[in-house]
Amino acid sequence: MLAGFAQAESVTVYSARNEQLIKPLFDAFTKETGIDVKLLTDKEGPLMERLKAEGKNSPADILMTVDAGNLWQAAEQGLFQSTKSGVLDANVPVHLRDPKGQWFGLSQRVRTIFYNPKTVKPSDLSSYEDLANPKWKGKLCLRTSKKVYNQSLVAMMIAQHGEAKTEQVVKGWVANLATDVFADDTKMLEAIAAGQCAVGIANSYYFGRIVDKKPDFNVKIFWANQNAEGVHVNVSGAGVTKYAKNPKAAVRLIEWLSSDKAQNLYATKDFEYPVNPKVKPDGLVADWGSFKPNPINVSKAGELQAKATQLMDRVGYK
Amino acid sequence: MSESTLSEAALIAAPPLLRAERHGRRAWRGVLYALPIALLTLIPLAVVLASFLDPQPEIWAHLGQYVLPSVLKNTAILLVGVTMGVLLLGVPLAWLTAVCEFPGRRFFDWALMLPLAMPAYVLAFVQIGLLDFTGPVQTWLRDTWGDSSWFPNIRGTGGVLLVLSLAFYPYVYLLARNAFATQGRRALEAAQMLGVSRRAAFFRVAIPMARPWIIAGVTLALMETLADFGAVSIFNFDTFTTAIYKAWFALFNLPAASQLASLLVLFVLVLAVVEQRVRGARHYHVKSSHAERIRLAGAARWGAMLWCALVLAVAFIIPLIQLLLWVKGVWVDDFDDRYPAFIGRSVALAAMAAVLLAALALALAYARRRYQGRATQWLVRLAILGYAVPGTVLAVGVFIPVAWLDNLLLAALQPLGFEGFQVLKGTVAVMLLALAARFMAVAFQPVDTAMQRITRNQEEAARSLGLSSGQVLRRLHLPLLRGGLFTAMLMVFVDVMKEMPITLMTRAFGWDTLAVRVFEMTSEGMWDRAALPSLFIVLAGLLPVFLLIRHSDRH
Repeated sequence: MLAGFAQAESVTVYSARNEQLIKPLFDAFTKETGIDVKLLTDKEGPLMERLKAEGKNSPADILMTVDAGNLWQAAEQGLFQSTKSGVLDANVPVHLRDPKGQWFGLSQRVRTIFYNPKTVKPSDLSSYEDLANPKWKGKLCLRTSKKVYNQSLVAMMIAQHGEAKTEQVVKGWVANLATDVFADDTKMLEAIAAGQCAVGIANSYYFGRIVDKKPDFNVKIFWANQNAEGVHVNVSGAGVTKYAKNPKAAVRLIEWLSSDKAQNLYATKDFEYPVNPKVKPDGLVADWGSFKPNPINVSKAGELQAKATQLMDRVGYK
Repeated sequence: MSESTLSEAALIAAPPLLRAERHGRRAWRGVLYALPIALLTLIPLAVVLASFLDPQPEIWAHLGQYVLPSVLKNTAILLVGVTMGVLLLGVPLAWLTAVCEFPGRRFFDWALMLPLAMPAYVLAFVQIGLLDFTGPVQTWLRDTWGDSSWFPNIRGTGGVLLVLSLAFYPYVYLLARNAFATQGRRALEAAQMLGVSRRAAFFRVAIPMARPWIIAGVTLALMETLADFGAVSIFNFDTFTTAIYKAWFALFNLPAASQLASLLVLFVLVLAVVEQRVRGARHYHVKSSHAERIRLAGAARWGAMLWCALVLAVAFIIPLIQLLLWVKGVWVDDFDDRYPAFIGRSVALAAMAAVLLAALALALAYARRRYQGRATQWLVRLAILGYAVPGTVLAVGVFIPVAWLDNLLLAALQPLGFEGFQVLKGTVAVMLLALAARFMAVAFQPVDTAMQRITRNQEEAARSLGLSSGQVLRRLHLPLLRGGLFTAMLMVFVDVMKEMPITLMTRAFGWDTLAVRVFEMTSEGMWDRAALPSLFIVLAGLLPVFLLIRHSDRH
C-alpha cells in the first residue's frame, strides 16, 4: 500500500505485438501524460503462461496481442478484468471488442484475396468460398493452417456457415493448391507476383509493406465477400490484466491508444486500419479504397479456433 | 573378423581397468554430485510432464488420426536424414583438416567451425529465399530458359534435411576433429605398420577409434533437430515439436501438448541408451604421434579444397552475404544507440553461461567417471535431456516453479515491508540456471569424451604419489581436459547467443539481447530487418572460434 508514493506513475505492458510497432506510441504517451511505460515482449503463448504463473504478483497491467483468437483465449483463462469506459465504447465499434469489456481491438487488419492482374480479372473473383471452385485448380496459394490468422478466418466461416459447409470449402481450397502451403504471407504474395499461382489469401499489411518498397509489385488487392456478409477483419488489441497494480493508468493508456491522434499512427504505421470510425486511414491504405467489413463479433474467432484447427487437420490442410 | 583385429592391433593394449567403485558407501557420493545438476533439468521437465495425469481422450483421438501419423513419419525421416547428412559432412571434413595436407587446410581447419554461429532458422530462411520459385536462382532460370519447373522444390523434405545437416554438422566436425587430431595419425602409423592402404586405414582404424566422438557429435545434432522449431516452421515441415505447439497454441490444450512433450522426452531417453550401447568403450592414448600428415596429390588436393570451399560457401558465406545485403538496406533506420547494450548483454550472458556450464559438465563427467553406480549413470542421462526439449516448453517449465517460489517468498516478505513483485524472477541467476538446463548436453559431451582420454593407470599413478582427489583433478585432469572444456565453452557460447525462447521468458524488463531483437523482427516476418541482429550474433560467435584456434595452435 505504500507503493505509488514518491515514484512516478507507471504502467507495465506485456506485449506480443512487436516493439518496433508500439514503442514510438508509448514514448508519445509518456511525453504527454508523464506516465512511464515498461514493456516486455514475447510470443502470446508464453506471455499467457507467464501471467498465469505469476498470479497476484504479476507486474503486468496490460496484455497486448494480435489476433482476436489470442485475446479471447486470454479472457477465457481469466487473465483480464472487465473495463468500463465511455471513451472506449465510443472509440471502438462493438464488433471489434469483447462483449464483456475484457479487451478492446486497437487496430484492424483485413484478411482478403490477392491476385495477379496478368492472369486474373477482378470480375473472376467474388468470395473466399469461391476459391474452392474447381476453376481455380492449380492456381491457389495459401499460408499454413498453423498460423492463427487462417485459424481465425476458418473459425469465422464456421460461425457463418456451420462446420459441414466450411469443411467442403477448405477441402476445395486444398484441392486447388498450386504448391505446398507457405510459412508466411510475404512469401506467398511474392509467389503470386512471380506467377507460381494466380490468387491467394493474405493480411493487408503484408501487402502494404511490400508495395511501400516496390510500388510496381505485380499483385492487386480484392475485397472478398462484398456481395455477402463482408470481408473478414481481425484485430490487434489489449486489455487490463486481472491483477493490475495500476489499473487507472492502464485504462488511460488503452483509451489514449484508441483516440484520434494515436489511431492513425498505431494503425497506418504498419499499414493496418484504425478501429476508431472517426479516423480515416491515410497514405497507401487509403488508396486501396473502402470495403464492407464482416460485422460478426471477432471474439467468435477465438471460441471456434480449436474447432477450425481440427477441421483443417481433417482435410489435410498443412 | 579382420576389422576388429586390425583396430585392436592398432591399439596398444589398454591397461586392465580397475573396477570402479560400484558398490558400498561411495556409490551414493556420485548421486550427491550428479543429482543437484540433474535437478536443473528434472524440475522443469517434471512441471511440464505433470499434466500427463490429465487425460485428453478427445484431442488424442484427433491427434492420433490426423496429426501423429505424418508427424512420426517426418520425425523419423529427419532423424535418419540428419544423421546421414552430418556424418557425410562432418567426418570427412574433420579427417581432411586434421590429418591431411592440401591447399588452404589451415584456413578451412577453423573456418569450417563458423557455421556453428549461423542460427538454423536464418540458414533456412536464406536458402528458401535463394532457391524457391520466387528466388533469384529460379527467376534467372525462367528468364533465360523460360521454365524452372524441373528445379527441385527446396520447401520439401530434401530442403529441410539439407539445411539442418548444414546447420548441425559442426557438432560432428568439432568433436571428430578433436579425435582425429590426437589419434588419426597414430591410426595411420599402425595401419602402415600392418601394410594396409590409406582407405582401409580410414575406414577400419581411424573411424572405429573416433567412433565415440563421432557418436557424441551426432547425438548433439539429433537432440538439436528434435528441439528445433524455428527452421522446421519456416519449411512448414510437421514434426513432434510443431505438433506440441499446435496442441498448445491452436487447440488450446496444454495437457495434450505436454503429453506429446513427454513422448518426445521418452524417445530421447531411448536415444541416450542406444547411444551408450553403440558408443562402445573409448580407448585412448595420449601419446603424440610423429607421423606426417597425408600429403594429398593431384586431383585429390584440389578436390579436397573444393569440397571444403563448397560446404563453407553454402553453410556460411552465402547466408552471410545475404545477411549483409539485407543489413545494407535497413542499417540506417534500425541501427541505434541501443545496439552496444544488446551486444554487451548477449555476449555477457553467453560468456557467463559458458563458464557455468563448463564447470557443471566437469562435475557431471567426473561423477560419472568415479562413481559408476547405475543411479549416477541415469542421473547423467537425465541431466542432459534439456537439449532435446523444444525451447518454449522448457522455458515454461522453468518459469512456473520460479514464479511459485517467488509467490511464496513475497508472501513472507511483503508483511515485512518489502515492495515489489519479484525476488527471483527476472534475475540473471535464474536466466543462467534455465540456460544451464537447456544446454547441459552441449557442454557435457565434449568434456565427457575428453575425460575418457585419461587412462585409469594415470589416475592410479597420481594417487600412488599421494595426491588427494582434488589435487588429482587439478593437476592431472584439468590439463588433459583443457581441449574438451574449451570446445564445450565455445559451443555453449554460440548456442546461448542464438537461443530465443528461454531468453524471452526469463529476462528482466529491458534486458533485451540480440536474440530478442531477432525475435521482434522474425515474428512478423520482417526478415530483412532481422538481419541486423542476426549478423551481430554471427560476428560475436566468431570471437570464441578465434580463441579456440589460438588455443589449439598453442598446443
